[in-house]
Amino acid sequence: MEHKIVMAGFGGQGIMAIGQLTTYAGMVEGKHVSWLPSYGPEMRGGTANCAVIISDTPVSAPTVTASTAGIIMNAPSLDKFEPEALPGAKFFINSSLIDRKIQRDDIEGFYIPVNDIAAEIGNPKVANIVMLGAFLEITKVVSPETVLKVFTKVFGENKAKFIPMNQKAMEEGSKYAKKQRVNA
Amino acid sequence: MTKVLMKGNEAIGAAAIAAGCKYFFGYPITPQSELPEYMSRELPKIGGVFLQSESEVAAINMVYGASGAGARVMTSSSSPGISLKQEGISYIAAAELPCLICNIMRGGPGLGGIQPSQTDYFQATRGGGNGDYRLLAFAPANIQEMVDLIIEGFDLADIYRNPVMICGDGMLGQMMEPVEFTNHTKRELPEKTWATTGTQGKRKPNIINSLYLEASILEDHNKHLIEKYNKIKENEVRVETVGLEDAQLVFSAYGTTSRIVKSAMTMLQEEGYKVGLIRPITIWPYPYDAFKKINEKCKDILVVEMNTGQMTDDVKIAVEGRQKVHFHGRQGGMIPSPEEIAQVARELLGGK
Repeated sequence: MEHKIVMAGFGGQGIMAIGQLTTYAGMVEGKHVSWLPSYGPEMRGGTANCAVIISDTPVSAPTVTASTAGIIMNAPSLDKFEPEALPGAKFFINSSLIDRKIQRDDIEGFYIPVNDIAAEIGNPKVANIVMLGAFLEITKVVSPETVLKVFTKVFGENKAKFIPMNQKAMEEGSKYAKKQRVNA
Repeated sequence: MTKVLMKGNEAIGAAAIAAGCKYFFGYPITPQSELPEYMSRELPKIGGVFLQSESEVAAINMVYGASGAGARVMTSSSSPGISLKQEGISYIAAAELPCLICNIMRGGPGLGGIQPSQTDYFQATRGGGNGDYRLLAFAPANIQEMVDLIIEGFDLADIYRNPVMICGDGMLGQMMEPVEFTNHTKRELPEKTWATTGTQGKRKPNIINSLYLEASILEDHNKHLIEKYNKIKENEVRVETVGLEDAQLVFSAYGTTSRIVKSAMTMLQEEGYKVGLIRPITIWPYPYDAFKKINEKCKDILVVEMNTGQMTDDVKIAVEGRQKVHFHGRQGGMIPSPEEIAQVARELLGGK
């Protein structure tokens, strides 16, 4: 099994960070992994995306063209990455910022209002982690427990105090995704 | 030691320090700036020196000086910055000084762009500076291989008294992969009897120089260098080959492009095609002999690079007319997809 995941949005939405968390967790769980950022002359507000591969076999191309899953945090990213997805791909759409639904009928969409959920739990900055929680609930690429375990490896020991807030964010994302799956 | 997830550029720094390099001179440029950044943070901790020079020209000449004094030293840059260093590299090669140079290539010519590319193949393999010299040039395909080649590269630089170049592209510098710093076999290294470390009144002064005004003496020096390069060609060629014995089509690619080719190969194999790969790990010395192992029925080689086809020259030399050499490439920082590579291959294989 090879998960080829595209994560995309505006710079500043924490896309690279959730990509690194997923990748690090995959490595800890014994998978072959790679993380490739798109690193154009981008800045806060510009587009940002990264390709994350979590695989049972060694990773060949670190690029993702035909994705098996996508985390889409803003509308331009949906326009860009929807056409390239493999049939059967699962796309996680930030419905706080994206009005439209997925147009293809051969990929599955999950619509998570991550900015609203993050605001409700009192920290707008964890919207990306809410999304990661929803994503992991459905795709099971890595376990949320491993993500929490590698949190300080990615962000540094001095960020350990933020783990409870991030755990809460992941749980809320996971809950919302579960509910949506039941309703679907 | 356990695996850590590291960005390519930082892994270069960590590998250099693991190899005992304590001196870094350089000037920042995207997409390799995380490397000087890493060195500026880490080298002072181990009593080393990080120095951001006023220019690339200054940086390479600081490398010349430090190496001349016997230090294990490196510099790094990306394409336009490596161009600025060429004069110094030629001097270092002429004076036979060991050092390591990293080129995390970006699109060109000129100032070009900041996206990944392999445009400096000619520069790395043909000698980008003046005169008749060669660099030992490695093109790693993943971060672990890059780390291993850097640690070994420093030793090879000492053994051959020659600059070693690590050729990566922006992807390899920017991406993250698991990496392990295992114990590397320690080589017997020659004593640096030539280094300018002070005579203490016990010997004649060592002189590091690349000027030979007497033609016959310079020719002797050239002959000595040729002998050394031949020894490197004999002993240091590295290559990965896949499926040459029954391939209908053989790819040739190096660095990260070879990984995208491998993804294309998996797609083609699933469709029933037999495809092979020759991946040069050293781009100089070039693995010409590997191409002799391609089965006789195979008539086509497909070279894939992120440039306009610079390696096709070497492949044509290698196949000696036995196979037709085709090329597919992307330029300007565009990265080829496995799908487009597979499609070019299908057309050559007579499919649709």
